[in-house]
Amino acid sequence: MKKFTVTQVPCSARPIVFEDSLCVGCNRCADVCQVDIFIPNPEKGKHPLVVYPGECYYCGSCVMACPREGAIRLQHPLMNRAKFVPVKEFPEQP
Amino acid sequence: MSTYEWPYGNETEIEETVSSDVLVLGGGMAGCYAAIAAARKGKSVVLVEKGATVRSGSAGSGFDHWESACTNPCSRVTPKEIAEAYIEEQDYYSNGIAHYIECREGYDRLLDMESFGGKIRDTGDEFKGAEFRDDETKLMFAYDYKNRFTLRVWGSTFKPALYQELKRLGVKIYDRTEATGLLTALEKGKKRGIGAMGMNVRTGKFMIFRAKATILAMSRPARIWLFNPDLVGLCEFRPPQSIGSGHAMGYRAGIEFTMMEKSVRGEFSAAGRSFPPYGAGNNHNTWYAATMVDARGVEIPYVDRDGRELKTVSERYYPAPGQKFFLKGGVIDEAKYAYRGPETLPFEELMRRGYKLPFYADLSRMPEMERKVIWGMMVGEEGKTKIPILKNYTQRGFDPTRHMLQSYGTGWQSASFLGQERQLFGAPGGVMHDWDLKTNIDGIYAAGDQLFASDCCGFAAATGYYAGRKAAAYTEQAELAEPDRAEIEREKERLYAPLRSQEGMNWRELNMAISKAMQNYCGEIKCRELLEEGLDLLASYQREMVPALSCDNPHDLMRTHEVLDILQVSQMILQACLFRESSSKPLCFQRSDFPQMDPQEDRCFYTIRLEEGKPVRGRVSLGYFGDVEQEYEKRNQDYILGEGKKKGEAQ
Repeated sequence: MKKFTVTQVPCSARPIVFEDSLCVGCNRCADVCQVDIFIPNPEKGKHPLVVYPGECYYCGSCVMACPREGAIRLQHPLMNRAKFVPVKEFPEQP
Repeated sequence: MSTYEWPYGNETEIEETVSSDVLVLGGGMAGCYAAIAAARKGKSVVLVEKGATVRSGSAGSGFDHWESACTNPCSRVTPKEIAEAYIEEQDYYSNGIAHYIECREGYDRLLDMESFGGKIRDTGDEFKGAEFRDDETKLMFAYDYKNRFTLRVWGSTFKPALYQELKRLGVKIYDRTEATGLLTALEKGKKRGIGAMGMNVRTGKFMIFRAKATILAMSRPARIWLFNPDLVGLCEFRPPQSIGSGHAMGYRAGIEFTMMEKSVRGEFSAAGRSFPPYGAGNNHNTWYAATMVDARGVEIPYVDRDGRELKTVSERYYPAPGQKFFLKGGVIDEAKYAYRGPETLPFEELMRRGYKLPFYADLSRMPEMERKVIWGMMVGEEGKTKIPILKNYTQRGFDPTRHMLQSYGTGWQSASFLGQERQLFGAPGGVMHDWDLKTNIDGIYAAGDQLFASDCCGFAAATGYYAGRKAAAYTEQAELAEPDRAEIEREKERLYAPLRSQEGMNWRELNMAISKAMQNYCGEIKCRELLEEGLDLLASYQREMVPALSCDNPHDLMRTHEVLDILQVSQMILQACLFRESSSKPLCFQRSDFPQMDPQEDRCFYTIRLEEGKPVRGRVSLGYFGDVEQEYEKRNQDYILGEGKKKGEAQ
């Protein structure tokens, strides 16, 4: 049986962004992720590593589990950020 | 790209055996409620979940409305009325048993949820005085404000509450463990379920679960037609974990399925055409009944079923004159006249009248309570909306009083898919079952999305609980059985093979090939020759490509197993399509070689199961479940007089 390794899989998107100065490396985000896209950082106290970014389901459970506001951010691929515009207050009538 | 040492060790040489009365496979809504029901009956329960039960499943991060809670104290409809309306609306290709259970017991499950700590009422009086709120019970309603049978709920609180309750009841939870195969035994010439096999997806440890009864609650197949190897997690509406392993292992074990020939043109795939669910302007489900405007800011009219234009926002939530109630929700697209609710004018009519694309949802024009309940509660509590939509859009500056959110495509879906881009959506196929939610194999039950023609969370919770209590009753007369060693060894061989191959094919490549094959051979319009070519191609993948699969750790091995299941389910679907030799409107099924729509002789459920490795077709009449109220009451007097009664009195 071969020795297990994990290689970070490249992905066009970057679903998870950590803020190093806020993250305490508690791994709660990794524990709660049903898709298991993270592994704990080999360096203790540092944020987990997103080794399978392409598998992210964008549910936000990791952000909901984080004890430090702002330590972890979830962002959809750019193409999925829907456009919004100011409301039109006096529309012309059809 | 960096390579790291695998942090969880290697336990592939280790085998662990666990025994229980009841084994639940899948820790989503259905599985959790099944485990709770069996544990309440005093049974030892093991729950196996591939992810992390606290947030896993389609409802893991939340959901915003609970359909068909017909027994809530404010409801003006009966369970029978709504269950029969669904059956009628779905032309009898409907799960009458499960719908009735949902309508009859769904509200009991919500009361359970409240007792576990989940939020089902506006206890903070945030919406006091709103038209959709009952100020006495503080329950809040969606869709039909007159009949009040669908509840707005705070679903993001539910899974953690269920998880705590499971632990309190002593349910043994095996998280990060995939179930891979069912164990059966032949007793007096009859097959019986005796447990399951699986693997820890972090360590690779092999698991044997022995049980007197087993409940399948592993969602429905996905990534059959729609796959994107770059954004795997966004391919489908449900989590990437939910790919139909329960269907695959059930099929291999001889379980009977139905409606597997049904698939619909894609509705959600944020890896490609669509936007994140509920993250673009629309007026359905979570966003019902948002005010929609066109590019000029001109409001798009809502009309009732008779085409009468509705003048106020409030009217969008009431039945038409002469109509008792209307149906809206997850599986209701364009309801029949009898059940059709208020809707914006059809796109073609809007074009004819000169409305201009793009359209937008403009909540600023709605009364404050309606705006706040859509943006802030529904968008917020619905799964995958609290962080990626509500929080992120707010950070980007979106303010529902000042901005309107663009809508894409021509209707409520955020994209237009091609005919061959299909999904198992809108009450798709699944396990065939009896009034106990038992499969054709003794000792094996099913619940939630694994059942045929399933729909929402209330359905999952109610059928889960029901299956749990029926399975618990079955264990009274069942013994634990010793699994066949040869079967276990065969499963180990199958599961670990990709770890042994050094340089091989990645699971993504095979998934992509299967999806392309299914688009080519099982697209919108089908015929015998195409379907047979598809089966032939998939058989060649099975023979030649499966042995070439390779991976480096248990996580990738889990994904590889998923693709083996996707391959298995795809073969079942192609075969089920061959079995129906006519076309069918309610099943969204078109055969160019059998163009006749719904001929009388084919107005039935065709079933499919494997017998000695060969697919066998069965036939079950539509409406086999009989009069839903009578049949339910015949079999559930213990519940009606026990738990059900207590809940009724407690209100």
